[in-house]
Amino acid sequence: MEFFRVNNDIPFMRHAVKFNVFSVTLVLLAIFFLVTRGLNLSVEFTGGTLVEVSYPEAVQVEPIRQALSREGYTDAQVQHFGSARDVLVRLPTREGMDSDRISENVLATLQAMDGPDPELRRVEFVGPQIGDELAADGALALLFVLIGIMIYLALRFEWRFSLAAIVAILHDMIVILGFFALFQWDFSLAVLAAVLAALGYSVNETVIIFDRIRETFKKKRGMNTPEVINHAITRVISRTIITHTTTLMVVFTMLIFGGETLHYFSLALAISIIFGMYSSMLVSSPVVMWLGVSREQFIKPKKEKEEAVV
Amino acid sequence: MNRFPIWKNTLIILVLLFGLVYTIPNFYGEVPAVQISSGKATVNLESALVQPLDRALREEGLNPTAVLIDENSIRFRFDDTEEQIRARDLIEGRLNPDPADPSYIVALNLLPATPNWLTSIRALPMYLGLDLRGGVHFLLEVDMPGAVVNRLDSTAGDLRTLMRDRRIRHAGINREGNSIHLRFRDAEQRAAARTAILNNTNDLQLVERDDADDDLRLIATLTPQAQQTIREFAITQNITTLRNRINELGVAEPIIQQQGAERIVVQLPGVQDVAKAKDILGRTATLEIRMVDDSPGALEAALQGQVPFGTELYTERGGSPLLVRNEVVLTGDRLVDAQPGFDGQTNEPAVHLTLDSAGARIFRDVTRENVGKRMAILLIERGRGEVVTAPVIRTEIGGGRVQISGRMTTTEANQVALLLRAGSLAAPMEIIEERTVGPSLGAENIARGFNSVMWGMVAIAIFIAVYYSAVGIMSVAALTANLMLLIALLSLLQATLTLPGIAAIALTLGMAIDANVLINERIREELRNGSSPQAAINAGYDRAFDTILDANVTTFIAGIALLVFGSGPVRGFAVVLCLGIITSVFSAVLVSRMFVNFLYGRQRKLAGIRIG
Repeated sequence: MEFFRVNNDIPFMRHAVKFNVFSVTLVLLAIFFLVTRGLNLSVEFTGGTLVEVSYPEAVQVEPIRQALSREGYTDAQVQHFGSARDVLVRLPTREGMDSDRISENVLATLQAMDGPDPELRRVEFVGPQIGDELAADGALALLFVLIGIMIYLALRFEWRFSLAAIVAILHDMIVILGFFALFQWDFSLAVLAAVLAALGYSVNETVIIFDRIRETFKKKRGMNTPEVINHAITRVISRTIITHTTTLMVVFTMLIFGGETLHYFSLALAISIIFGMYSSMLVSSPVVMWLGVSREQFIKPKKEKEEAVV
Repeated sequence: MNRFPIWKNTLIILVLLFGLVYTIPNFYGEVPAVQISSGKATVNLESALVQPLDRALREEGLNPTAVLIDENSIRFRFDDTEEQIRARDLIEGRLNPDPADPSYIVALNLLPATPNWLTSIRALPMYLGLDLRGGVHFLLEVDMPGAVVNRLDSTAGDLRTLMRDRRIRHAGINREGNSIHLRFRDAEQRAAARTAILNNTNDLQLVERDDADDDLRLIATLTPQAQQTIREFAITQNITTLRNRINELGVAEPIIQQQGAERIVVQLPGVQDVAKAKDILGRTATLEIRMVDDSPGALEAALQGQVPFGTELYTERGGSPLLVRNEVVLTGDRLVDAQPGFDGQTNEPAVHLTLDSAGARIFRDVTRENVGKRMAILLIERGRGEVVTAPVIRTEIGGGRVQISGRMTTTEANQVALLLRAGSLAAPMEIIEERTVGPSLGAENIARGFNSVMWGMVAIAIFIAVYYSAVGIMSVAALTANLMLLIALLSLLQATLTLPGIAAIALTLGMAIDANVLINERIREELRNGSSPQAAINAGYDRAFDTILDANVTTFIAGIALLVFGSGPVRGFAVVLCLGIITSVFSAVLVSRMFVNFLYGRQRKLAGIRIG
């Protein structure tokens, strides 16, 4: 079986401007949402308490909110989590409160209410000092990945390719964060980990396309730059789509079977993989073209070697 | 012809066998067990215990299927929970004749049902994180500035004693911030003090400062080495204390570890009573013994709002007010033990304290000079002090054995003893992170993770087998080998498996097939370009190798970043991701090639490859 037996090169670069306009619009929208709505950071980053409980039958959140409010927890966020029987209570850190006792007080309050007793599912308490640290560690991990990939690409390719690949990564990153800001999905450390892993995974797609572009420049003398890029993308598209599809299959099984805990994690993976696929073909390649890549840069093997060392 | 040399095939098969053996323990599940560990620092667990217990169990018709002995515990394995509970009661009765004062902790536990031959080669099931097995995780931070201040306060006391012993006249010794100020009226006394201090201790560095002609000061600060020692001592002391307290909880496999310079991780698998655990752990208290100011009029003035300088107003447990001096006579780290008991003469309930030698000496001096006065024992919790008891000193007390008695019930004596023991933390601690996972969520998480991996695997297998036909089936076989090797590595390293870790296993499978797709697409391309089938297989594997390495470098970079900067569940994710990359390169490049070689490599004249 074969899905993509394409004999003629697909003229991707003819539509390069359209793709670029689309990408730029996406990024601008993402930045807009990031600025206006911001990320819905989980307690790991902000510090605070999260209590998840499960009731034997469906419950309303409003009475729970009122009960907590009577106990002095006026800023408690109460919401259903996955089903009408599961409830999630979130409380920000407050000065002067015995913060490491909040979870017990919340549970005691819920148990004192009329109706069935809830069962404790999960408590997460993160003190303010840890929250800042985790946020800083998350940022460092992000930076480490970006710099690591940049160094790798700089060793692997000429500057035009490296720059284009980095543009593609930043594009993906901003778009994913934009999604999380737009829908106010819970942005936790696990989500950040998923995004970073998926970014690493997508970069190699870009690497493979660039390898093909370089190879095509050397082999096919009659083609101009857009034709070379079209040819390279067409040659690898089958592979790109198949590998990303298999990975997406797994991610979708996680979305289906993984439950609430893995929900945003797999969502982040899914979006990262889809945009990784898009950007490696249709963001990085046009950028390379605009940066003026041409055959002359490859015909002298000596020169290429020099640049590869940089 | 595509054949690996025999040594290569042998090596690959050996690795696969190794993977198989170390994967097996994960399929055995768990059996109930009873675990015995020492309940007191003074009680050693001896293997001599095992024989009589075993005999006693068998007499009752309880047959332990195995006995495991290690440094910290003795564990009896049973067939079902009913036997387990009966055995627990029997062992408890035998080892702890007095339930109020247990020498051993007898706890229910679940043990892997791994056969002994596997256990003996360290083939154990994967180590499940708390989000999968349920339990509590705490991160505690030791208040290091507090530890240093505590030490300065007690040093100030030591200096006062030193000056008195050497008959050096001073005009006051007080702690101000992070230094101790010794005031003198003349330079001669100051020089004498300086010599005395330097002869006495290496921990202090001294600076002279003249504030006025009759206000000469000697400013003592702790040397950096001394501060370092204090910090190290504080954290080790706190870990020891925590370990003792957690033993009181009877948790089967607690983890108490230092993290960084001033943090302690405590993990209590299977603990459901979080409130009790916190009560015992989170009692972030330090103990201080100070003198009570009984001078006439002072208490009345304090009650009217004019607390005399150098004293603080407290309320006794009975409710009556008490004026306590600021100088600390002793801190909790001089206290070795506190046990409830009875007064030998009056038979009143009492608390018996044991002090270390330095503490004993100080205590003797203080009691000698203060007969008839009262001393207060304070428990400082989160910056607030509470007077546990304020007994009258009847006589000089030497030898470091102190008894507090009078106006106490047995329960109160028990409580005070527990508070005092709990108070022997070197420095206060605070819970800065808590994660609790209920047992039902843990079991659910395992099911969720397992289902994700299984159905992900099934989906990929069907797709690849259909898409690449016979070669695809070989790819699926290699992918299965990859999964097996990954689980074997995780079991062997006993890396903590978390829910994100399981997600990473699923993700690794999705990404690992990438390498096989690369190879298979290359083979197709070679065939299309007119290569012979054998040459196509050869070229496909050879050319794809570089690309496979390339493809995994960037994901590996992300994995390493998460390993370095991640904590908790994220770290679990990163470990699996990195290991998964290694196993997937191995299985895609070598294992799948071996399978394809077995399938096609022997035929000299190969008509075609079934690659879909």
